[in-house]
Amino acid sequence: MLDAPRRGTVYGTLLNHRDALEALGGALHEAPYKAPPKAPILYIKPRNTWVGEGEPVLVPEGVDALEIGATLGLVIGRIACKVRESEALSHVIGYCIVNDVSIPHASVYRPSLRFKARDSFCPIGATVAREAVGSPDALAITVAIDGEIVHRASTAGLVRPAARLLAEVSDFMTLSPGDVLSIGVAAGAPRARPGQRVSIAIDGLGCLENPLVAQGPAR
Amino acid sequence: MKHARVAYGGAIHEAVEHQRGLQLDDGRVLAEDAVVWLPPFEAGTIIALGINYADHAKELAKELTVGAKDEPLAFLKAPNSLIGHRGFTRRPADATFMHYECELAVVIGRKAKNVKREDALRYVAGYTVANDYAIRDYLENYYRPNLRVKNRDTCTVLGPWLVDAADVPDPHVLPLRTLVNGQLRQQGNTRDLINDIPALIEYLSGFMTLAPGDVILTGTPEGVVNVMPGDEVVTEIDGIGRLVNTLVGDVEFGR
Repeated sequence: MLDAPRRGTVYGTLLNHRDALEALGGALHEAPYKAPPKAPILYIKPRNTWVGEGEPVLVPEGVDALEIGATLGLVIGRIACKVRESEALSHVIGYCIVNDVSIPHASVYRPSLRFKARDSFCPIGATVAREAVGSPDALAITVAIDGEIVHRASTAGLVRPAARLLAEVSDFMTLSPGDVLSIGVAAGAPRARPGQRVSIAIDGLGCLENPLVAQGPAR
Repeated sequence: MKHARVAYGGAIHEAVEHQRGLQLDDGRVLAEDAVVWLPPFEAGTIIALGINYADHAKELAKELTVGAKDEPLAFLKAPNSLIGHRGFTRRPADATFMHYECELAVVIGRKAKNVKREDALRYVAGYTVANDYAIRDYLENYYRPNLRVKNRDTCTVLGPWLVDAADVPDPHVLPLRTLVNGQLRQQGNTRDLINDIPALIEYLSGFMTLAPGDVILTGTPEGVVNVMPGDEVVTEIDGIGRLVNTLVGDVEFGR
């Protein structure tokens, strides 16, 4: 196990699970989207969102529950610029569990930073070496809330499996050591409330647990 | 004081403005074109504003379904996109509409959380000029403006100087403009910001703690036109700096 990544850029990927894409259904062809996505859809989880194992996720006042986005992060080990799919994973030093927390919101057209970029909204687990994990393309992901499994997903059957995603992303932006690219969140992400403990497990990566804590009123 | 970071003679130096160009931290005085200019500070989180000038909002009105009146349209970028003054920006061969955006960049100087409007400017370390290129061919309607449009390598130009906030008594009266090959193509004034700097700091720090080195690119006025390989694009803001950039094609860029 290596230390949790604490530098670089953490990227999230949207609608990379087929069920998540299908959940939008006909809306993909209607305004404001107008057409299904062509390139990978990415966003950034800035450094203020990063917390580690056991650290609290702060639930803002007036928000009942947060969406728990359980996903696999690819931790970049060497510069990846225009890499081929066949060699993409050689740029990955390891994998980590990422909890991409959001305030639930319906539209992904132009979502506010308020939903995903809040302090503590991105717990990141320790990095496990690539060789120890093996293929990233068929790992089971489970989410438990207060010890009860509420969501099951997998890294299999993605629109873009890990290597292809990394190759396509590196075609237009260079990823550097310490950057994390997460592969996306499956449909039906569960929600958790203040006072609950959220635990995400991924095959070969162990588990990442964080409590949800109600945030006091703004100073 | 105006601060820069440059490479010269095989080393990286801090530098300050000098009447003959710039002065390195070891005292040497050099001409502007004698050094390689880096972005003038280590950037942390890079926050950019869409449609934050009233005239630019009108220019883009046909493709808008939300306005910036209710909430600032903020998005994030990453350090892979950054280059400094006098650098080269890649224009992909398949692009048909790539445009510059001249913007005032506000650099945060101390940790800012739940900052009120009236205190906001005290959290600013200084200001610099940003040229926040976009390639509209790659625009898609998911997470607009998507990173393929806005987070490409070499497409965020910063510099030349980080100007101390103390030397900018009012950041809301600054004329800004863009010249392409010497021709004036874009002009505006920071007085026309829809969300001014205190409003942006109050808004952002209300849900995300800002830290030293975080930077807010405050948006661009109207007047964006396509640029081509070989074009020299100068984005300048009075009192802050004159930021020079040159477009290069794929072959010249080399990757």
